[in-house]
Amino acid sequence: MVKITIDGRKIDAREGQTVLQAAKEAGIDIPTLCHHESLDPYGACRFCTVEVKSRGKTKLVTSCTLPVAEGQEIRTRSEKVKKTRKILAELMLARCPNSTVIRDLARKVGVNRSRFRRPPEDLATITDQEGCILCGMCVRICDDVMQVGAIGFEGRGVRRKVTNPFREPSDTCLVCGACSSVCPTRAIEHSRIRPQKPEVIPFEFEEGMSGRKPIYMEFAQAVPKVPVIDEDTCMHFRTGGCKVCEDNCSAEAIDHEMEEKIEEIEVGTIIVATGFKLYEAEKLSRYGYKAYPDVYTSLEFERLCHASGPTMGKIQTRAGKKPEAVAILHCIGSRDENHLEYCSRVCCMYSLKFAHLVREKTGAEVYNFYIDIRSPGKGYEEFYKRLLKEGVHFIRGKGTEVTDVWETEEEKGKLVVISEDTLLGVRRRVPVDMVILSLGLRPQDDADQVSHLFSIGCAQGGFFLEKHPKLAPVDTPSDGIYIAGACQGPKDIPDTVAQGAAAAASALSLMDKGKVVLEPVRAKIDEEKCCGCKLCVANCPYQAIDYNEEKKVSMVHPELCKGCGTCAAGCPSGAATQENFEDVQIFAEIEGALAE
Amino acid sequence: MTEATVKKKLVYSYFPGCSLEGTNEAYDVSTRNAARVLGVELRELEDWNCCGATAYVAVNEKKSFVLSARNLALAEKAGLDLVTVCSGCYLALYKANKYIGRNPKLRAEVRNALRAGGLDFAGNVRVRHFLEVVVNDVGEDAVKRHVVRPLQGLRVVCYHGCQIGRPFGDIDDPEKPNLMDRLLSWLGAEPLDFPMSSKCCGGLMMTTHPEVGMKLTGAVLKCACRRKADAIITACPLCQVNLESRQEEICRLVGCDCGIPVMYFTQAMGTALGLGSKELSLGDSLTPVEEVLSAKGVLS
Repeated sequence: MVKITIDGRKIDAREGQTVLQAAKEAGIDIPTLCHHESLDPYGACRFCTVEVKSRGKTKLVTSCTLPVAEGQEIRTRSEKVKKTRKILAELMLARCPNSTVIRDLARKVGVNRSRFRRPPEDLATITDQEGCILCGMCVRICDDVMQVGAIGFEGRGVRRKVTNPFREPSDTCLVCGACSSVCPTRAIEHSRIRPQKPEVIPFEFEEGMSGRKPIYMEFAQAVPKVPVIDEDTCMHFRTGGCKVCEDNCSAEAIDHEMEEKIEEIEVGTIIVATGFKLYEAEKLSRYGYKAYPDVYTSLEFERLCHASGPTMGKIQTRAGKKPEAVAILHCIGSRDENHLEYCSRVCCMYSLKFAHLVREKTGAEVYNFYIDIRSPGKGYEEFYKRLLKEGVHFIRGKGTEVTDVWETEEEKGKLVVISEDTLLGVRRRVPVDMVILSLGLRPQDDADQVSHLFSIGCAQGGFFLEKHPKLAPVDTPSDGIYIAGACQGPKDIPDTVAQGAAAAASALSLMDKGKVVLEPVRAKIDEEKCCGCKLCVANCPYQAIDYNEEKKVSMVHPELCKGCGTCAAGCPSGAATQENFEDVQIFAEIEGALAE
Repeated sequence: MTEATVKKKLVYSYFPGCSLEGTNEAYDVSTRNAARVLGVELRELEDWNCCGATAYVAVNEKKSFVLSARNLALAEKAGLDLVTVCSGCYLALYKANKYIGRNPKLRAEVRNALRAGGLDFAGNVRVRHFLEVVVNDVGEDAVKRHVVRPLQGLRVVCYHGCQIGRPFGDIDDPEKPNLMDRLLSWLGAEPLDFPMSSKCCGGLMMTTHPEVGMKLTGAVLKCACRRKADAIITACPLCQVNLESRQEEICRLVGCDCGIPVMYFTQAMGTALGLGSKELSLGDSLTPVEEVLSAKGVLS
């Protein structure tokens, strides 16, 4: 510990700290423009100048470059310091008379006009000429930290300016935005460095409706709740530099050298709960998804309604307008022979929820285009009834098209939903501001591989097959493997939770027993007869047969065998048979049955 | 070896069809000339007959398939892909080829009928639309290389019509086709978003139920007009005729006053490839095609 005094206050500073850092930690404000955690102290703006007394003498020093020393006496608000800051402010004001940041700063120290003349020529090239104070933070962060080096200084004295090499558009600039983010006077104009707009990294969880940083929390309830780094966009992985997040993390928890690793965990049972995917709206081009910005998928709209979503729960069009009318198109992709043949089961209810939220939050007219409303479930039909009373419109007819080709003045500038109204027997055109496509649910892309991995079958459109729809709804043909949730078929949250709990209970009861009850009918292999061809190993759908290298024969694991008989049927030497279900027994049964 | 020698030669059997010998001769002329510049050889199918037509299939399916199959058999003999620019011919031939290939009973009947004329059809021929050949076989690089007068500043709407994408959707999106949009952007034009791209042009309704047909054509014209397009680009003789022949009357009916030029994609492409008005038969047009191209300064 180093004992110093700042403005009469005794402070314990750490060895190696600068006076500015020590003051900041002690809550003493020293104004500065060019300080940044990731940059070495440079003393460019000189605004952090303080008065230091040591060995009886006082002098003015920039606190950002001054290391703490035992017994130092610092004054941050002495007359001398104030006067210096005033002159500095006047100089900066002379250079940047129109910069709001500089004017505010000057006003704070009591300067309203400058006695100095403005340098004569164009001050800057890539920076906004009104704001650059030549602190060099942009140049230093680009070169030292980001390791890109796209910009630099040219000229000296009053002719000094920040610029691209040869003042030509840079092709080394990666448009990372570090220069503009550190600029204390917000003077950088990106387009002058490289004529390319900084790309917003789409936030996957928000369905790309808002941006994220390369280091981010995947979503608010992420488990474990730690940020992740996206290697594709992180500047460190592109240039080897940056690591600004490491400098900022006081817990020193960030490690860029960490590598992805696969951990093998031994378990007794597995619950497969791999979920679903929303059907692709792009496959139904008639609804204008992507062509019209105000056509949303149901998942996008879910984020839009959510209090932690991209608009903090405010329902608005992409242009930021409050909608006057909203259309919800049911059964998009579902119950359609060209897409998903089945009913996706959850869409009616989530559509009704959207309708309710839109009504409640915006008061807009809501039009539901439906084939029929499917609301089986506790309280579901009552919710539908409630919506009818809330004044939500229900048009019985599947929405056929969304277009911006208007026919009447009322439709001008709106999205028009075209549909048949089977109750009125007419064709309708409904102009709205937003369209929500209630898309169906489909299995994950890799459902097929997962089903092979666990030896579980797939049914209806690729969803995992349970062992028995009524008697074993969470079991699979492979013992110890259970399924839960939408990977087994489209289902809503209450059903998913119930199935999840059931799967967990089944897994627990199996593990708790500590023993497995065997099937009475199971395969056995006669070691004498087995020729070791391994045909049964490949044939077994339950991976219950292994080849014994020592004995050179195949052997059955009785606890895994389901007694299906595939091995017995395929065995060329007749070594594999089914216990209690042998040929002799079956023939005897046949003879008995045919005796009369 | 250079790239050019490795690349397969672009030679096809060409099926003009009846409308290209009559009302839509300009489509035929512009197709042949544009193909020549692009280095695509179109060998007219010898002794071709009616494509089978889109309407005839509803009257007598088997006979219409046999009509189509005779052309397919001739093309198979020639050993080249069968290319047509008429969307009607394209669909009739494509559909017949697909159904005959899929249905063994029909195939046997068709072959039986063809034998009477000393022909046979094994099902080894591909039916292609010239638009798709230009986009996929010639390709972006080659098309761009041949462009000498980019259609700079020409705002176009590409009207694909119904038969390129529907019902099969094998060469383009059935509801939002974009083959022409891609091609026209390679040519330097500015294709505009056009939601009517695959909507009905009125088809034969224009002659049987003009009040229905005119309304449908009107919707297409009105949308093009509202998008402030300089021209409508077509890929089908029937679309072309419907959009240009009674344009004034239709515009009066739907309440717009556009006088919009309508041209085949081959005419637009030919212009960009440096061909003149005569080689593209632009003078045959009923709408001010030459005028708009001259005004944009792209006509040689």
